[in-house]
Amino acid sequence: MSDEVTIEIDGRPLKARKGQMLIEVADAHGIRIPRFCYHPKLSVAANCRMCLVEVEKAPKPLPACATPVADGMKVYTRSPKALAAQKATMEFLLINHPLDCPICDQGGECQLQDLALGYGRDVSRFAERKRVVAGPDLGPLVATDMTRCIHCTRCVRFGEEIAGVKELGAVGRGEHMRITTYVAHALRSELSGNVIDLCPVGALTSKPFRFRARPWELIQHEGIAPHDAVGSNVHIHTLRGRVMRVVPHDNEEVNETWLSDRDRFSYEGLYAPDRLERPLLREGGALQETDWALALERAAARLREVVAAHGPEAVGVLVSPSATLEELYLAQKLARGLGSGNIDHRLRQGDFGADPAMGCAPGLGMRIPELERVDAALLVGSDIRRDQPLLGLRLRKAGMRGAEIAVLNPVDYEFHFPVAHRLITDPPGMVRALAAIAADLVRHSELPVPPAVAGLVEGARAEERHAAVAHALRRAGRGVVVLGAQAHASPWFGALRLLAGYVAAASGAALAELPFGANAAGAWLAGAVPHRGPGGAPAQPAGLDARAMLERPCRAYLLLGVEPERDAWNPAAAARALGEAELVIQIAPWLSEAGRRWAHVALPAAAFAETSGTFVNADGRWQSFEGAARPPGEARPAWKILRVLGTLLDLEGFGYEDPEEIRRELRAAVEAAPEPAGTVAAVALPETTASLWRVGDVPIYAVDALVRRSRPLQETPLAVEAALRVAPATATRLGLAAGARVRVRQDGTQAELEVVLDRRVAEGCALVHAGVAGSEGLGPAVGPLEVVAG
Amino acid sequence: MSAAQEQGGGRVALDEKVRAEIDDWVRRYPPERRRSAVLAALRIVQHHNGGYLTVPLMDAVAEYLDIEPVSVYEVATFYSMLETRPVGRHHISVCTNVSCMLRGGEEILAHLERRLGVKAGESTPDGRYYLKREEECLAACCGAPAMQIDHVYYENLTPEKVDEILDRLERDDG
Ligand code: SF4
Ligand code: FES
Ligand code: FES
Repeated sequence: MSDEVTIEIDGRPLKARKGQMLIEVADAHGIRIPRFCYHPKLSVAANCRMCLVEVEKAPKPLPACATPVADGMKVYTRSPKALAAQKATMEFLLINHPLDCPICDQGGECQLQDLALGYGRDVSRFAERKRVVAGPDLGPLVATDMTRCIHCTRCVRFGEEIAGVKELGAVGRGEHMRITTYVAHALRSELSGNVIDLCPVGALTSKPFRFRARPWELIQHEGIAPHDAVGSNVHIHTLRGRVMRVVPHDNEEVNETWLSDRDRFSYEGLYAPDRLERPLLREGGALQETDWALALERAAARLREVVAAHGPEAVGVLVSPSATLEELYLAQKLARGLGSGNIDHRLRQGDFGADPAMGCAPGLGMRIPELERVDAALLVGSDIRRDQPLLGLRLRKAGMRGAEIAVLNPVDYEFHFPVAHRLITDPPGMVRALAAIAADLVRHSELPVPPAVAGLVEGARAEERHAAVAHALRRAGRGVVVLGAQAHASPWFGALRLLAGYVAAASGAALAELPFGANAAGAWLAGAVPHRGPGGAPAQPAGLDARAMLERPCRAYLLLGVEPERDAWNPAAAARALGEAELVIQIAPWLSEAGRRWAHVALPAAAFAETSGTFVNADGRWQSFEGAARPPGEARPAWKILRVLGTLLDLEGFGYEDPEEIRRELRAAVEAAPEPAGTVAAVALPETTASLWRVGDVPIYAVDALVRRSRPLQETPLAVEAALRVAPATATRLGLAAGARVRVRQDGTQAELEVVLDRRVAEGCALVHAGVAGSEGLGPAVGPLEVVAG
Repeated sequence: MSAAQEQGGGRVALDEKVRAEIDDWVRRYPPERRRSAVLAALRIVQHHNGGYLTVPLMDAVAEYLDIEPVSVYEVATFYSMLETRPVGRHHISVCTNVSCMLRGGEEILAHLERRLGVKAGESTPDGRYYLKREEECLAACCGAPAMQIDHVYYENLTPEKVDEILDRLERDDG
């Protein structure tokens, strides 16, 4: 039997799929039916009744959002009966609506306002008192004006069905019903801002944007979000050259219709007080404002001096994994033009042993929407929900459909999907556990085992729980092994990477590599790694990786968009290296306290939304964007700064007219380069034993310079400071009391931290966040840690 | 009478016997529909807590049934049989809907307000009675005017009959 039916809407014969709701069919054909509660991504609630339409032979009007099509159905959306029903609904909705549009932020983009114009009466017949509802305080991101709520429950359904944390509910009944958390608390979801878009009225609006501008004053620009590997498509709204807000731009292939709070609210950091507006030069010990010509000339001259005195290898270039493709390409071209191979974007990576065997660029190993359809997943060192919020959402969909998801983590992160297998262990234990999973696969797979992997698997014993994970991956029609940020921070990342590569290959799963940054893939393609040039061709000359550049210090550093005191794997080593360097040139939108101490030349760069460029996302999708806002003061796009610097250094090929030209050059290089095919003979293995391991993950709102400056995000419950988070058993063993302040030592560095009991942390580990206040003075993100005294 | 034990930090753990009663209801639903027992669980907990629910108790129910706390608040605030603030032990609902109104329901309510010294919606200071705000039809129209005290219906009321009923209740209560 065919699944197709023919119906007629407003006299137009239309084909539809059986079971589709009337409203979907109408939408697909551009027939507009008014609605509030219906949303294509949410379940059908049919509670607003705005979508009532007349259906032939039905005695009463029917809600189009909850009426499945049937063959031969005749529907009238604008007949007198339909219109009367729609108008009556509108009248009822407005009875308890305050009609305070002049002071409502939603004004101008309000569905209620729009539809009231079409379906409302001029004068209200309701003369009685309207209800007033006090809005709950939902924290720094979402403002509430609950008197305006029309109880469509979109926000409630979003929490329950999409975000996976139901925080808002419909409390009370009838006229007393209100949307609230009931017990006051700030929203904890990493996706909470989406309720702002979903709310059809002005009940839930953006708190940071409150009363800042009217929608019709704003200019809308397209952009790409700068914080994770999704590359969410956004609309940037500006007023007189300043970014006023960021909202999602639908793209089913990338972010659907959603946006993470990090991508939505990070713009608030743009105009932070430490924004660099003019070039600075260190003169007689102090940084002084200067003009561009002098700053650039001096930067070039000093770089030349260092090269002349110590050779080009004395120059190290550290670039942000969220820099644009064009910036990254020029930065590596500049380093290599000087004769230095020291360029890297992987500041948070702990081990580079697998470098020769790495692919062309890290990515998901599949299209983003395909992640929704995996049957099994193994997360290795990944808090995918906070590190890559919208990939977490895709994986949640798979999980809710029954995918068997396993996690191998040092912290038992709270996920919004069911976890079938939990392997929670310390950093060396993670390598052993992954080797055990690989060992089980060796027994079941014909695939030749690469020598380096054979070395790792040798002696590994697969217990039942390891075999169960291997089995899940093998059995899955479509599986994925995810190497997350915590895996990259491991001092044995090389081992994890090789093992994960083997586990994926032997079980027929995809390998997803998800390091930090919006453009890690772009950085690899652009050649911002020490061993590969643009497109992945072997680099000439090869140089030092990010960790080595800071641990075996260089004489001169060029920093592009990074703050090593927060962004480096080993901030203590970074501070030492940069503090002692002869020359530090910082190209960045902001200059932190630490940067102020060590920079010799600071060149103000355009930030997110202010520059054109390209990000390559986890899909391998090149997403280019234009500048939307004016950089403040004299700040300039970094690609232009690099272009001038290259020219001043008399390097070849820096005469670009526009980023398009840079892109073309890089594209040609990518197309020409052969697929990398290196191998690794052996990688470092954990041999150190420690009585306590530091696990330094980076909290969601600490990942880069922009989010760290967004005040609203820093005020959410998800923004945390460094503490010594240990499991109760570990605390007992070490004699640590909750709330006590203790001194910890790591690699010759010290810090004072508060003891917090945290059941999620693996036994023998201490979760001491990286990238946040309180841990800047410490060493490696992952490594032995010692508690000195209470 | 208790439903739970303090655990510190504003959390409570449901008593053994309360859990056992809830389990009795949980068993009636498929395992993945554990949440369906929420209504019964709240009724049981309210009963053991002297007639009303508290946030820590609702949270404990949420935890026990593995659902989000706000889902429990939704249910608890929806049903008028569940109370989410401290009220008296005996819940009195007087019907003042059409049939009862025609047969003197409002007079019954006024009489109760006088006798108890509280208005509808309030509890007596001794914590014995809670006179609920107007209830919709109690579905006892044939015996109008009607009222309900706790789980028991009383019909064809007169002020004298009401006094008798309360006197008896107070005697039994001791
Ligand atoms: S707050 Fe907005 S989204 Fe939520 S129920 Fe009310 S109108 Fe709907
Ligand atoms: S859109 Fe159909 S009832 Fe709300
Ligand atoms: S009207 Fe009172 S019981 Fe029905």
